[in-house]
Parts: sequence; structure tokens; C-alpha cells
Amino acid sequence: MPTSDTPPRWDRRMQQRLARGEAAALGELYDRFASLVHGLAHRVVGDEHAADAVTRDVFAHVWEHPDSYDPRQEPLRTWLATLTSRLAVRRLRTTETAALARGGPGTPEDLERTVRHASVAARADYIVQSMPAPLRAALELAYFQRRDYRQTALDLGVTDDEARRRLRLGLQLLATAGDTGAPPGFGGAA
Amino acid sequence: MSERHAGPAGPYDDPKEDTGPLVLEHHVLKSLLGAWALAACAPAEAGAVEEHLGGCAACADEALRLREAVGLLQRPESLDLDPGLRTRVLESCLEVRPPRIPVPEWAAAYDAETARLDALLQDFGDAEWHAPVRLRWYESDEASSRRTTVAGVIAHLLTVDGLVALALGMDDPLGDAAHAGRTPSDRTEAYWRAARFPPTRSVRTPWREQSHALVRTVSFTDGGTGRLPVSYGDYELPLHDAMLDRAFECWVHAEDIAVAVDYPYEPPSGRHLHRIVDLAARMLPAVLEHRREHGLAAPGERRLVAAGEPGRSLRLEIEGSGGGEWLIPLDSPAAKGSAEHEVAHVALDGAEFCRLAAGHVPPREAAVGQVGDREAIRDVLFAAASMSRM
Repeated sequence: MPTSDTPPRWDRRMQQRLARGEAAALGELYDRFASLVHGLAHRVVGDEHAADAVTRDVFAHVWEHPDSYDPRQEPLRTWLATLTSRLAVRRLRTTETAALARGGPGTPEDLERTVRHASVAARADYIVQSMPAPLRAALELAYFQRRDYRQTALDLGVTDDEARRRLRLGLQLLATAGDTGAPPGFGGAA
Repeated sequence: MSERHAGPAGPYDDPKEDTGPLVLEHHVLKSLLGAWALAACAPAEAGAVEEHLGGCAACADEALRLREAVGLLQRPESLDLDPGLRTRVLESCLEVRPPRIPVPEWAAAYDAETARLDALLQDFGDAEWHAPVRLRWYESDEASSRRTTVAGVIAHLLTVDGLVALALGMDDPLGDAAHAGRTPSDRTEAYWRAARFPPTRSVRTPWREQSHALVRTVSFTDGGTGRLPVSYGDYELPLHDAMLDRAFECWVHAEDIAVAVDYPYEPPSGRHLHRIVDLAARMLPAVLEHRREHGLAAPGERRLVAAGEPGRSLRLEIEGSGGGEWLIPLDSPAAKGSAEHEVAHVALDGAEFCRLAAGHVPPREAAVGQVGDREAIRDVLFAAASMSRM
């Protein structure tokens, strides 16, 4: 939810309040980010119950270790998304490994592939969520609403050149989701 | 992703198409790669791009990369978070690291109910924000109502929560219109009047910021200040009861909104419902006395009850989650509820009792199991409904 506080200041104050042990701050953090965290987790682990558990782990981690977030490094939103992805992938790997050990179908290679797909999907999701709004709007029109780039330009009130530029740039950002060894911050898309 | 045509041919007819394939410069072809990957360019342009990819390795690499990126686009899932998840997550956090500054127990219901309402508002479009809502309450033992919209209800909550904000020394959301009066309905009407246009979705942010700020502020003013008086204009409640009262109002109006937009909405958790019922039960004796003084309730038959002594009582049994039993002294707020002096017994569901106290159920139609003194029962049910207001 948008507020009148600008993000860096809000992030800094939130970190301080969490470090101080203020329960009300934890509630506010949840209210602002729970749906992002749960959505990203769900994309990776693929079920409601497990996504709930990841959500709990993420907020528990922030609450227990508020100092592990440094507001000077990156926005809180980015940091939380990275943390969520890491914990969700870890949970997926654990449950898949356990299933395999119990004699479930598939091979260790299948497992690696599943985990990799899930984490790329989560990163892609996050990149779309956090890319500049004009790029997201262009992709939204061209992909989900099946408008061609000239119609997209009209809808956005920009030139054809600009519409082409936004579509290409948006996809270029999105493509970084699949890069191996990408920085944990998801390519600075925030 | 699926192939598709780029749209009707008309606007994209290129005169060059009749004379041969479209010829474009390299920088234009490159700029088309995104649109091409999304199948969002004209057929002639797509043809030109594909022709080019055969001879330009750099563009071919990028084209492949962008095509793969398109495969990563997914419609965002519609996420209806389980409203109970918030409580579970926060509780498990606070267990592993107990807070140095906790949210006071008496503010927990307000914290939970405002979060639930905010989650309900999350995906509302303009149609929902402007959906008509009828606010209902009891006045002089008659059902009253006032028409507004979903946004108008949030404005109402904002202005009345503002009474608690004022008591805590926070800013008044009413601003310059604040001189209009101090009662909840005066303030609400003043806010609605002062706005040049009917309230819109923009009211959500100030309401939510104020509710968060209230929870934060009362966390720091715990201790003796739970008894800080909060003025409602014609009466006062101590802060801890005012916060319960606001939680109650928040739930009642969230339910009004949910009905208006045809969404499901659950009653509060048992723990919070219990506290809300307890507040109403504690307020009933004073309300009964006030009504007696105004001839709205039967005069006490045995009023010779000294303060603190057991008096004629009604047993209020609340069933279901959050339930319990309360002995309501009938003849004086100073008397003590007493099982030995029980003259009547009513039993009803917690949510039903709250709807009665919210003026949403006529006292005569409340689904109540009752035995004993009919006049006492009638007085208590009407007193409960009379606690409602806009």
C-alpha cells in the first residue's frame, strides 16, 4: 500500500523499530509485504500450506535478526524478496529430497531441474513486480492484453519508438532471471 | 507462448509490401526485437526481423533470449491471503523473540480487525469503492439508517478513530472541519460535507496510516494510560475500552462493506470476540440506568441495593467461539451481578449478540433463547440495541 513516507526513510525507520523490539512494527511490516512474500513463496513451493510456512519463516527471520538487513544496501522490499526466494527454494529442495528418499518418482537431476525452474520463476516474478511501472505497463498491454506495439503506444500515449523501447527493455530485464550466478539482488530491477 | 496475428491488417498495410519485402535499417530491426518476441508487431515487420536474424548473430542471440523471457511472464496469481495467517505468523515470531514493546492486549483486537478490513479492501476497484452501503443503528428504540458508499464507510471509520487519535495527542484527520462537533455522527457528517467530492479510494491510505499509528502509539503509552479518557462528545470511555469499541465498529462496518460487495467475511477470532462482548456486557448496567432515568426501561423493583452488594441479575450466556457467561446487574450499575439473584437467562451466539449491539438486528427479532422475567429480558435486549450508533 502506498504511503506518504518515501521508501528509503520508511525502510530505515522500520529496521530501527524492529531492532528495538516493537511488535507494532512487525505488524506493519506484515501488512505491507505479506502478499508479496506469500506470492513469491507460492510460485516456488507450489502449495498454499508450504507458502504459509515460508511466509512465517521469512517474517520470523526478519524479527529475530533485524540487523541482517542494511537499509543502505538495498530497499527492504528487494531484500525481503531475495530472502523469500532463498527460504522457499530451500524448503522446496528439502521436501523434494525427502520425497525422493522415500522412493518417490524422479531422479536427483529431476530434482535439480525442478528447483532451478522454481527459482527462475520466482526471480522473474519479482523482476516484473519491481521493474519501473512504464515498462511493466507496456508488457502488460502487449502480452496479457494482446495489443501490438502501435496500439500499446496509443494506449500509453507514447511514440511507437518508445513503445518498442519499453517492450525490449522490459524483456531484457526479465531475461536476467535465467542468468546463472546473477547477483542475489535480482539484477537491480528494484 | 502462442503465435497470433498482430491485429487487423488495415493500419499496417505498408505500401512497400506490394513491391517486395520490407527493408528496415539495423537499428530499427534491433528496436523491434522486444515487440517481435511478444508477437506484437505487424506481419511485414516480423518478416523483416526474421529475415535479419539469419544474418546477424548478435540480434539472433538477443531474439532468442527475449523469446525465452516471454515464457517467464505469468499472470500474477490472485492472492487471497488467509486472514488468520497474520495472527499465526505474528504469534510465532513473538514467541521466538518476545517484544520489548508489545502491542497491549486490549489493542490486539483493533490491530487484527483493521488488518482484516484492509485486506478486504486490497483488490477493490472503483465499482466496489462506490458500491452503496446502508449504515444501520438504533436511535430512540427505532431503527435508523444512512446511505453512503464503501469509501464513505472508511471515511466514517477514519473520523471516529480520530477521537482516539485526539485523546492521544495525534493529529485530527478532520482538520479544519473539526469544530463541527465531537460526537461520532457529527464528525462523520462534517467530514462528508467538507469534502468537495464524495469519498473515493484515496481515503484508504489515511485511514490505514492512522490505524497503524494508533496501534504504535498505544504500544508506547501502555501502563496507567490504558485508562486515559477518550471523549465521544456526550460520553467517555477509557482508552483500553475505546480501542475495543473501535475494533468492534471496524468489524461491524467491514461486514456492512462485505455484504454490499457480496464478499464473505468472518466474525473476529474467539479471543477478540470475547473481549468485545465483555465490553458490551460491562456497559449494559449503566445503559440500563440511563434508560430507566428516561423512562425507557422498567423502574427497578428492588432498588435498595447498596453499592457493591449483589442485586437482581440477568444471566447473559454467549454461545460459540469467544463465548462465556456474564451476570448483568439490572437495578444499578453499582450493584454486583449475582447468581443467587438471577431473575432471567438469555442465551445467544456471540456474533448475533454483537449484531444486536450494533443495531443490525431488531431486539424483538434477535435469535435468543430466554427464560425468566420477560420485562428484564426486553429491557436488556433494547439496552443492547441502544448502544449502537452510526
